[in-house]
Amino acid sequence: MSAGTGTAIVVSAVAAATPLVYASLGELVAERAGVLNLGVEGMMLVGAIGGFAVGLSTGNLWLAYLAAAAAGALVSLLFAVLTLSLQTNQVATGLALTLFGVGLSAFVGRSFVGLPIARVPQLHIPLLTDLPLIGPLLFHYDLPEYLSIVLCAAIAWMLGRTRLGLRIRAVGESPETAHELGQPVMRIRYLAVLFGGAMSGIAGAYLSTALTPMWVEGMSAGRGWIALALVVFGTWKPWRALGGAYLFGAVTVLQLYAQSLGIRIPSEFLSMLPYAVTIVVLVVICRDPKTILMNRPAALGRSFHCAS
Amino acid sequence: MRPSSGAAPPPRHWSWPLRLERRAEPSAIMRIASSPLAAVLMLLTGLITLSVLGKDPMAAFNVFFIEPFNSIYGIGELLLKATPLMLCALGLALGYRANVWNIGAEGQLTIGAIAGSGVGLFCGGALGAWALPAMLLAGIIGGMAWAAIPALLRTRFNTSEIFVSLMLVYIAQLFLSYLVHGPWRDPAGQNFPQSQALADNAMMPALFDGARVTGGLLMALGLAALSWWFGSATAAGFRMRVSGMAPGAATYAGFSARGNIWLAMMIGGGAAGLAGLLEVAGPIGMLQPVISPGYGFTAIIVAFVGRLHPVGIVLGSLLMSALYLGGESAQIELQLPSSVSGVFQAALLFFLLAAELFIHFRLCRSRR
Amino acid sequence: MMPADAAAPRLALRGISKRYGSVLANDRIDIDVAGGEIHALLGENGAGKSTLMKIVYGVTRPDAGRIEWQGEIVDIRSPAQARRLGIGMVFQHFALFETLTVAENIALALDERMPAPKLAARIEEVSRRYGLPIDPAQLLHGMSVGERQRVEIVRCLLQRPKLLIMDEPTSVLTPQAVRVLFQTLRQLASEGLSILYISHKLDEIRELCDVATILRNGRVSGTAIPRNESNASLARLMVGSELKECVLLAREPGEIRLALTDFTLRSTDPFGTSLSEINLGVRGGEIVGIAGVSGNGQKELVAAISGEALSANSAAVRLCGVDAGRASPVRRRRLGLRFVPEERLGRGAVEEMNLADNSVLTGADCGLVRHGLVQTRAARAFARTTIDRFAVKCAGELALAESLSGGNLQKFIVGREIGLQPKVMLVAQPTWGVDVGAALLIRQALIDLRDAGIAVLVISEELEELFSICDRIAVIACGRLSAAMPRSQWTVESVGLAMTGVFDAAAAPGATRHAAL
Repeated sequence: MSAGTGTAIVVSAVAAATPLVYASLGELVAERAGVLNLGVEGMMLVGAIGGFAVGLSTGNLWLAYLAAAAAGALVSLLFAVLTLSLQTNQVATGLALTLFGVGLSAFVGRSFVGLPIARVPQLHIPLLTDLPLIGPLLFHYDLPEYLSIVLCAAIAWMLGRTRLGLRIRAVGESPETAHELGQPVMRIRYLAVLFGGAMSGIAGAYLSTALTPMWVEGMSAGRGWIALALVVFGTWKPWRALGGAYLFGAVTVLQLYAQSLGIRIPSEFLSMLPYAVTIVVLVVICRDPKTILMNRPAALGRSFHCAS
Repeated sequence: MRPSSGAAPPPRHWSWPLRLERRAEPSAIMRIASSPLAAVLMLLTGLITLSVLGKDPMAAFNVFFIEPFNSIYGIGELLLKATPLMLCALGLALGYRANVWNIGAEGQLTIGAIAGSGVGLFCGGALGAWALPAMLLAGIIGGMAWAAIPALLRTRFNTSEIFVSLMLVYIAQLFLSYLVHGPWRDPAGQNFPQSQALADNAMMPALFDGARVTGGLLMALGLAALSWWFGSATAAGFRMRVSGMAPGAATYAGFSARGNIWLAMMIGGGAAGLAGLLEVAGPIGMLQPVISPGYGFTAIIVAFVGRLHPVGIVLGSLLMSALYLGGESAQIELQLPSSVSGVFQAALLFFLLAAELFIHFRLCRSRR
Repeated sequence: MMPADAAAPRLALRGISKRYGSVLANDRIDIDVAGGEIHALLGENGAGKSTLMKIVYGVTRPDAGRIEWQGEIVDIRSPAQARRLGIGMVFQHFALFETLTVAENIALALDERMPAPKLAARIEEVSRRYGLPIDPAQLLHGMSVGERQRVEIVRCLLQRPKLLIMDEPTSVLTPQAVRVLFQTLRQLASEGLSILYISHKLDEIRELCDVATILRNGRVSGTAIPRNESNASLARLMVGSELKECVLLAREPGEIRLALTDFTLRSTDPFGTSLSEINLGVRGGEIVGIAGVSGNGQKELVAAISGEALSANSAAVRLCGVDAGRASPVRRRRLGLRFVPEERLGRGAVEEMNLADNSVLTGADCGLVRHGLVQTRAARAFARTTIDRFAVKCAGELALAESLSGGNLQKFIVGREIGLQPKVMLVAQPTWGVDVGAALLIRQALIDLRDAGIAVLVISEELEELFSICDRIAVIACGRLSAAMPRSQWTVESVGLAMTGVFDAAAAPGATRHAAL
């Protein structure tokens, strides 16, 4: 394996990981506030078609990503109204949201199938990108990829060091107590859910404008669910979720480079890898009930991540 | 003297004119009425959306709900599509009532189809008249085996069955794709990704002439009756209900949480596996990359729309089946994409969840 | 103590009424609290104290009546507004977050933003001044109940309140800690702070409070100067009649029916308490009580006896002479153990099921389940009998468990377990949150069981209750159990000492074991 292939693998892995980063960070914030939104897959697809459609019609990628975030947030608003104001079952509503997002995106996207779109350009940073060896490895990425890391740092700082983060954590542990103390529980949860929706939307847009620049029905192929698993895998901590996302990015692109790496397994089995790894990773994390007990936001949906 | 901070009139703040107030007792009327109410709301929304999109609502209603069913064949199709929905939903509902969230019926259905048709393809000749029963059994066992994985991981390793069963759906579908593109591909099939067709002795006979619906429908109805009896009369069913309503009470009473989880997953997996096999040994006739338009997922909606009760599930299956067929006919007659039925189905679930609220709460004027 | 202000009282409630559904929780209540006064609000469970305090603190609004604060009429719409007015509240069930530090917990309750160093300094200043030592950087979840209460109090004091409401503050404290708390409260009152002290503990109120308002059934049944009253006279105002004393006739206990020998259990819950070397024996025909402040291993002990936690050694627990350490709850029930848990809804009974179905919950092995099928008719008959025998007020055996009041549901659960013919009866917190009438009935039912020769084990945080119905009492502290000595050999001081872990050091280790069994 040449250095060139090695670099190519890393670059593709990062690209594959980026939607997972956005989606899992968004969901992480929602879950820290105690809301379990299983509809990430649906919100991602809605964002994918929203971003693709706007990007194609206006040619402006900023507008595309804005539209994707808005689409994701709008759909998550539906979820928020149902589960927060109308007190519906979070698991069932999240599933409904997924199915709705899948169907809605397919419906809206029917006239966009097969149309080409220009990929999000990679940023050329003066001096840094041209460095030998580490240039292509570290500085050959597009703006959403760079921003995803900034986002992770921002969320980590927000949760740990700001009053808003304190309120979110309090609401996620015990909304009743927070309410007794006069915290605006509903407002915080709504904002957290909308933020999660917007991030899932952006994740979807990255899928349809960068990772595979096109629109196909159901193109997220379970990434939304993997993002949800990443939140658990990262024990609800931003940097760990980021690390997990990159791990999955690497696993996902493995099948593309399998031949050049000399791996001779039917492609379908290689495609199974991300899903199988998700299961394994969850088992490893959930085995010890203490890990989850110490880290899971106590008021999260219903105690479902691990039986307790 | 400094005025007390409470002396000024309290600042006006706006609050909703209506409030949700918890009922003293859950409303029995709403328990029954919530599903039909949700269905009606969905219909209205659907018709309004279609007319906004420029289609005549009356024509759309006709295409969706009248045309497909004014022939024996049409009724047969309705029952045919309702069968896998009913089977899967009945199995899932028992689990949901016990708080066991099996989301992977689609995968269990796929593996059941593979297992059953594998028996049919490779042992069908040798088994003769026993081929079909053997296939049915293999289908059920296949579905159960696939559901055993999340059951094991939940009971041994505390891992959520939601994620595991769902990931296994993708894995199952990829496995099927591998089989029909590779080892099980029909050599005489001009390179199409499909298996050989199943022989006659390996196919489910039609229930009546002029329609494709098979004896699978009877199995589904039988399962409905069985699950009603199980839930209301048996101790095992009682234990599962308690586990779902109050896990603390189940522990107090000494009910085995593990036993419940295994039972729920096995029933769900077996029913889904049977449904998968019936599809392949019925309308499809062979293995191909896609053997289900998402029955396993739609069954989740059916389970909720049916309020997790066998009677509701039977009715809900018929409704969902009608939406599927209506969507197909709308694709031809009204040039609407087939995905529109998916949107309606999800919208129905949303309306139902919202309507369920009124079982426990009521609207009343806000006090000022 | 400062003389009461001749001008308007600091807090005046006039005609406060509040209705919840069919229950009138507060009925035209009038109260005056002067500056620097420690004012008790006395009443039994269900008398309306909590509702009234929620109204004063802005959590709920009254249906009628008005609140006057320092002479002006106010409309308190939220806890934040109450705090701005100068009203602070120390909750009975602490409003604290386990995964946050002391400083973060306090910051959440403050309305103004304070930079972290300044906050820490203020916390240390207040805690030093009033003898409430806490560390701002410490995480809540390791802290004891007494420490948590100190955090709650410091949190309130940081906002310089003029009125402090304390809701049942001593229910979680050892007698020594109660002394310390009273000292703090007296110091605060001497500086002009008014304290509204909610409790049903007559001795404490007589010791601490200047004035008492007594609530009964939602109405003010009287005001009194506690110092001038006796327990009996206060009780009469609280309950309306003389408190019936439970009569325990001397009885010769029979054979040992429940025995724990050197029982040890590591807790699987990171926040739980591990049990070490518990020795306990309960004989037929006696009531043994286990006293202790919550969080010292009661939950784990209950799980050990009921079978929800299995022990490694099957002989560590013996039921009616049979090794049961590794027996499941179902098997232990068959051996004759019946058990009333601490939580009613969600554990002792399923809320959304009716009383007949709730009988099947633990009655499966008594004919309510045969050949794997639920015997509906037998279950309904059983439920009906239980309802009649224990005077459970409900809409019949098909009433949903959630429609019953706390006291009635507790009567049903106790009645159900008694009706299932126990040989050993385990009861955790038998009368928590239960009205007086139901509490008396339940205590009498336990005594009747004892008289019929059943072995009864009661775990309770109410010392008065244990002293009134138990033959022998043991104290649990930090996962260890003291010897179970006859009631007459305990005093409040020795119990208090035992609660801190100092068991009777005079007794030799061997003698302890004999005394326990």
